[in-house]
Amino acid sequence: MRHIISVLLENEAGALSRVSGLFSARGYNIESLTVAPTEDATLSRMTIVTTGSDEVLEQITKQLNKLVDVVRVIDLSDGDHIERELMLVKVRAVGKDREEMKRMADIFRGRIIDVTDKDYTIELTGTGSKLDAFLKAIDASAILETVRTGASGIGRGDRLLRA
Amino acid sequence: MTVELSGAEIVVRCLQEEGVEYVFGYPGGAVLFIYDELFKQSKVKHVLVRHEQGAVHAADGYSRSTDKVGVSLVTSGPGVTNAVTGIATAYMDSIPQVIITGQVPTHAIGLDAFQECDTVGITRPCVKHNFLVKDVKDIAVTMKKAFYIAATGRPGPVVVDIPKDVTQAKAAFRYPETISMRSYNPVTKGHAGQIKKSIQTLMKASRPMIYTGGGVVLSGAAEELAQLVRRLGFPCTNTLMGLGAYPATDRQFLGMLGMHGTYEANMAMQHCDVLLAIGARFDDRVIGNPRHFFNEARTIIHVDIDPSSISKRVKVDIPIVGNVRDVLREFMRQLDASKEKPDPEALKPWWAQIEQWRSRDCLKYDRASPIIKPQHVIERLYEVTRGDAFVTSDVGQHQMWAAQFYKFEKPRRWINSGGLGTMGFGLPAAMGVQLAHPKAAVACVTGEASIQMCIQELSTCKQYRLPIKVVNLNNKYMGMVRQWQEFFHGNRYAESYMDALPDFVKLAEAYGHVGMKIEKPEDVEPALKEAFSRKQDLVFMDFVTDQTENVFPMVPGGKGLSEMILV
Repeated sequence: MRHIISVLLENEAGALSRVSGLFSARGYNIESLTVAPTEDATLSRMTIVTTGSDEVLEQITKQLNKLVDVVRVIDLSDGDHIERELMLVKVRAVGKDREEMKRMADIFRGRIIDVTDKDYTIELTGTGSKLDAFLKAIDASAILETVRTGASGIGRGDRLLRA
Repeated sequence: MTVELSGAEIVVRCLQEEGVEYVFGYPGGAVLFIYDELFKQSKVKHVLVRHEQGAVHAADGYSRSTDKVGVSLVTSGPGVTNAVTGIATAYMDSIPQVIITGQVPTHAIGLDAFQECDTVGITRPCVKHNFLVKDVKDIAVTMKKAFYIAATGRPGPVVVDIPKDVTQAKAAFRYPETISMRSYNPVTKGHAGQIKKSIQTLMKASRPMIYTGGGVVLSGAAEELAQLVRRLGFPCTNTLMGLGAYPATDRQFLGMLGMHGTYEANMAMQHCDVLLAIGARFDDRVIGNPRHFFNEARTIIHVDIDPSSISKRVKVDIPIVGNVRDVLREFMRQLDASKEKPDPEALKPWWAQIEQWRSRDCLKYDRASPIIKPQHVIERLYEVTRGDAFVTSDVGQHQMWAAQFYKFEKPRRWINSGGLGTMGFGLPAAMGVQLAHPKAAVACVTGEASIQMCIQELSTCKQYRLPIKVVNLNNKYMGMVRQWQEFFHGNRYAESYMDALPDFVKLAEAYGHVGMKIEKPEDVEPALKEAFSRKQDLVFMDFVTDQTENVFPMVPGGKGLSEMILV
């Protein structure tokens, strides 16, 4: 089953490699991993999307908690949460495609953030499945480049992850 | 104006503040300033090993035989990579250590400098934590954290990597008295409600079993364990790492369990209805195939300080996270307060069953053999040392025989590499033990293959006059490899025969020690007596043992705990 795990950790050199090293050493899956400092510059917030059985997920949370740099861990999938991912897609935009791409970007509430005479770069935010749907909806042969950040997640309401 | 000290001086001052008695190490370019400061003082004594692996193993033996943090010091690059085996050994067995490693100067890091390696990266998977200190002002607090992390919670090795220029730079020195880290808060006390539930479950058991591991030794809970086991009247088994935590000659002790555990311990483990696991982690060498283990239904109570050890390989019914000693004290407190008492009558059928298993005499061997049986050597060693020696071992058959036949009565007397299974561990570990206990009898039980992996440390033993007694069970084979090849590979002894062995007597003499070769069973005891009467000498006893002897019982890999091969 897919899980989305949030980790609050010390913003220190090597902290990311401790987490990624743990996943590779113990054979856990990583679908995506995203990390950046929080409003408190001494802390980083990491979102990991992983898959595994309940037993594996229990071990993942325990092993993450065991890392000395890790301050707190929650499995966001255990409760209400929101997740978002950012994607930048560069598409061919010539001839009849030019109007069509603009229209598709509008439908998906995307924004065209760079334009040349041959292509558009579209910025799109949403859940992973929305981004997948956009890629499916447009002509695959028109896609020149895709960049995705991986999911970031946050608990709803008073579900907080703080030091 | 405050006096500023060099980083190197700060490192040494930190060691003094921590009360470090010995540092095991080997100098090199990146740590020269630290060595210079060690030279200028006399509080912290340095022990010069002959290979960095030996340094970490020696610090390890020192730590295992005391309850102190072992400290070693190695240079950058190859100094570190040589130390990695020692670090991984300590990590697998949760031994508290601080390893100080030199690093190339900060400006050279990442430029493939001479003797540079990514120490933090290389050691990351086999340490509890590691640090790269980039500013001289951070040395003191980092050292404090290192000792704190190494010794608290589930202990483990911590590496502190210090670039050469940082040891040369200057800063004011103040050693923090305490440390608190928001990201590291190990639990100690177990949940009282869970303990209550456990006691209720234990009282209802008709076939209870207590299974304990290295956690009891590490938390210093042998006394508490003995009280609890006697109070409950239940059978008790120890893992390889836990030997000595419960007195081996006690009637309630069933011997070691696991791959080479006793028949009675493994059968009781398999057929119990309530299992109390304390400071043990259900590893593959202990319970065999976990699916087979679950062929029998039982309620499992698991006490461990590391939450990730609980429900890792087997699903646990009542988890108790906490320091073993604190948890066992709470068990006793609640038992005292409770009206419930275990009923010895109700346990009688279970004990009768256990006695029947015990009567199988699974450790029997040919005592009339004209060739020296390795078991015979260990039994005589036990008698000659009156069961009171510190025994280190290497890895293989000799390790298992030592575990089976030396009846450890006290914790921290049996020192071996259980988790990683590191050949070459025994001799350097014995050095650390002997330094920690200068007057004690220290035996290193080894084999002709293992001993050669760190044999250079015989030179260190000479330099520091360490009167270790090396018990070399020489069967000219990597015995355990040979045993597996006999059982599972059609007697094809691929590369397990040790050809061109050195003359160990001459070798010992070349290093300035006493060498003895023992070839007849009747000479075993006199040789051991003579060796242990030589209080000042390292004596290397080369016992020529039966090449065909195997370790029994044996649970073959992938098999269930009760599917033992018996002699």
